[in-house]
Amino acid sequence: MDPLTWTGSLSGLNIIFLAVLGLLALTIVVSILTSLVPSSGTRAVGSDGTLASDTGAAGFISMVLGYLFYALIALVLVYLIGGIILGTGAGIFGGMARQFLPVWIALILTFVLSITYKRRLGLYGKLFDSTVGMIGFGIVMFWVFTGVFGGVFDMLITHDSLSQVSGMKNKLPGTPLRGAEEGEYQWFLLGGDNLARDVFSRLIKGSWVVVQIAPMATLFAFMVGITLGLPAGYYGGRLDTVLSFLANLILAFPVILLFYLLVTPEIVLTGIPNYMAMFLFIFPLIFVAILLNSRFYTQPSFRTPLLIVVLGVLGWLYLSMISNDGSIVQTDTYRIPGLPSFLDGFDIDAGILVVFVSVVFVNSPTVFRIVRGLALDIKTRDYVAAAQTRGEGPWYIMLWEILPNARGPLIVDFCLRIGYTTILLGTLGFFGLGLESESPDWGSTINAGRRLLALYPHAAIAPALALLSLVLGLNLLADGLREESLRD
Amino acid sequence: MGIFILRRLGVMLLTALCLTFIVFWLTNLYPNLEKLAKTQGNFRMSDEAVSSYLGDRGYLQPMPVKFGQWLGVMPGWVTEKDDGRTFGRCFPEGTPEAERPTRCGVLQGDWGFSTVFKDDVGPTVATRLALTGKLMLCVLLLMVPSALIVGVLAGMREGSNLDRSLSTFSIATTATPEYVSGVIFIALLASSKFGLSPLLAEWGWIDGKTLFLGSATSAMADANFWNFFLPVLTISLYGMGYIARMTRASMAEVMTAQYIRTARLKGVKFSDIVLKHALRNALIAPFTVIMLQIPWLLNGVVIVETLFNYKGFGWLLVQAASNNDIELLLAVSVVSVVVVLVTQLISDIGYVYLNPRIRIS
Repeated sequence: MDPLTWTGSLSGLNIIFLAVLGLLALTIVVSILTSLVPSSGTRAVGSDGTLASDTGAAGFISMVLGYLFYALIALVLVYLIGGIILGTGAGIFGGMARQFLPVWIALILTFVLSITYKRRLGLYGKLFDSTVGMIGFGIVMFWVFTGVFGGVFDMLITHDSLSQVSGMKNKLPGTPLRGAEEGEYQWFLLGGDNLARDVFSRLIKGSWVVVQIAPMATLFAFMVGITLGLPAGYYGGRLDTVLSFLANLILAFPVILLFYLLVTPEIVLTGIPNYMAMFLFIFPLIFVAILLNSRFYTQPSFRTPLLIVVLGVLGWLYLSMISNDGSIVQTDTYRIPGLPSFLDGFDIDAGILVVFVSVVFVNSPTVFRIVRGLALDIKTRDYVAAAQTRGEGPWYIMLWEILPNARGPLIVDFCLRIGYTTILLGTLGFFGLGLESESPDWGSTINAGRRLLALYPHAAIAPALALLSLVLGLNLLADGLREESLRD
Repeated sequence: MGIFILRRLGVMLLTALCLTFIVFWLTNLYPNLEKLAKTQGNFRMSDEAVSSYLGDRGYLQPMPVKFGQWLGVMPGWVTEKDDGRTFGRCFPEGTPEAERPTRCGVLQGDWGFSTVFKDDVGPTVATRLALTGKLMLCVLLLMVPSALIVGVLAGMREGSNLDRSLSTFSIATTATPEYVSGVIFIALLASSKFGLSPLLAEWGWIDGKTLFLGSATSAMADANFWNFFLPVLTISLYGMGYIARMTRASMAEVMTAQYIRTARLKGVKFSDIVLKHALRNALIAPFTVIMLQIPWLLNGVVIVETLFNYKGFGWLLVQAASNNDIELLLAVSVVSVVVVLVTQLISDIGYVYLNPRIRIS
């Protein structure tokens, strides 16, 4: 079995691809240089008195730029489709393109459905009016689908992400598997790491860790930030002073120092992460309870059953989340009993819990400050005064008048913050904190790969590029959302 | 203004006290102390041995007492062993009774003793801080001018091709954390087998084997472009995008202001408008952003110093934290908290000075 090249039988296209890429770069530089010199097209007065002007040199360059860009995209599509058809015949890229086939199908379905119904989908639909937003959304959804298909259904991976294959240590991308059996995937598409595991499969498994933790942690941070930030901004006064002081206190901590103090096995032994989880995870409950109560308290016959059902479900989730093996906090000297095991829906690994809790803890003060600032601004508006005159309660005004009107900046910040959380998770992995060392998450993989970086860069480069693309996608998505939410 | 600064200083002091107490509390939790005892003594210590080791060295006193001793407001612990040896926090074994100081803490200028480096904390932190200072200075020298130039160029003609390319560039840099860009740079520029270096060496464009050096250890004694540029670039790039975006937003806002239109209608040259009319007003907002960015650079410093093996302050933080070196860790956190708070203060004061519309009474 021969080692795979990057593009295999499609390598004839490489020279065209490089030429288009080079021309594109050149055109971008030229267009930047010409934009520094003011120029205008020539104007001609028509016989009927109308003025016609051509776009001049700048217009020509931007037209070329556009065509080159489309040519580049077309070439990438050729590589992809060729890869899907030819498989590893089209080299490493081809093999990867075929492995990702379910993701492509899911992406195309998402885009077709969303673009067809975009006028009925509100802000989400408007996203498809902006190119930047669509590109960002595409990248993000690519990783989400990869995480779900690969992490939950074990679909995309070529080998087990933990098993070590003899003779594959630090092998370059495209190395054929020595002594591969029938039915086994014949290559390590992105090579082997320093423990002879498949980099490609670990990359896919790692995306699930990020896709799982980052949005959830951000959501919890938002719940905490909103529940505390709205009253701080709305009431002001001493409450605001105390809460702001606490938020600034956490913000003044260097993040890495905080991680090093919180995310250690010794701290897990003391049960502090469990107490923090108890404290931080209660906020969604408080938020939902106040949200529903402030809206429906005038109809007790509807409110009471609604609250019982919703809080029952959420309370069960909360208790399952914070209790492990029938106890909430378990240390050598004492234990606080929690939900008994037969009622416990799911257990969260202590390592993941401490990572989750500290990421929420680091993020929530920033969200608090944003929400507080927005509340301070919005509470002076007329519709708030109108609600006050109507005699609405303060929590109704905060949650049903102020919060919906602050949603634009909050949604944008939510996207940005998921990206930031991804970076934080990577940082934790990079320092080997929290998750166990064989965990396939990108930060840990980069950490493991960096020791041999100068000799075998592929083991660290692959997760680094993956993380980069995901965060870039989230940033572009946030940019597109900002643009579209400012438009109306 | 004086009262404002005084009040801010008071809040700063309170914040610093609270934060150091939190660090103190977390590092002094019993499992951490047990680990400390076992790394300092030996790993097979029995529980009694651990507690007598900790008890002798004053670790088992109540938390506020220990914190007071560290601060220097409480008399330091003194242990008298059964065999007549006497030692304490402030003096080693065999000091005559008359020469034993009662208090020694931060207030007396004694930062304690590092259990990892077997040295006084004060000088250790100072040498490492000097090394990181060198790194930070280079980072600021590279990051601030390039970020401002990128931001001003992007913001002076909103929506142009230049703006779009530069904005994409700044978004891309904010999406690249240091551990990603560092890894990419090392693989691309500092590897003798991959990336650009073998190519350039083959063509005879560079003398050595690699374009840049992937480790900055040698830069601690003698920094030059070859061994110091990659770490500096890695830190600068991540911080740069954010400052550039703020500058761009501020510049774009200024360019739509009335006085710029007036200048245009008067027929002032575009370069003069940008340089003389717009620039000064556009730089107020980035100033505060730059000051607030400095604490963030601290994160980058820790990552980059670990990645490039540059033994500065960030490296010290990692060493102190992973070995639970309590007094060193406290000194490190005091320094970083002071950096954060002082930059916040400077940014507030600077904002007032730069922006004549804001007055604090």
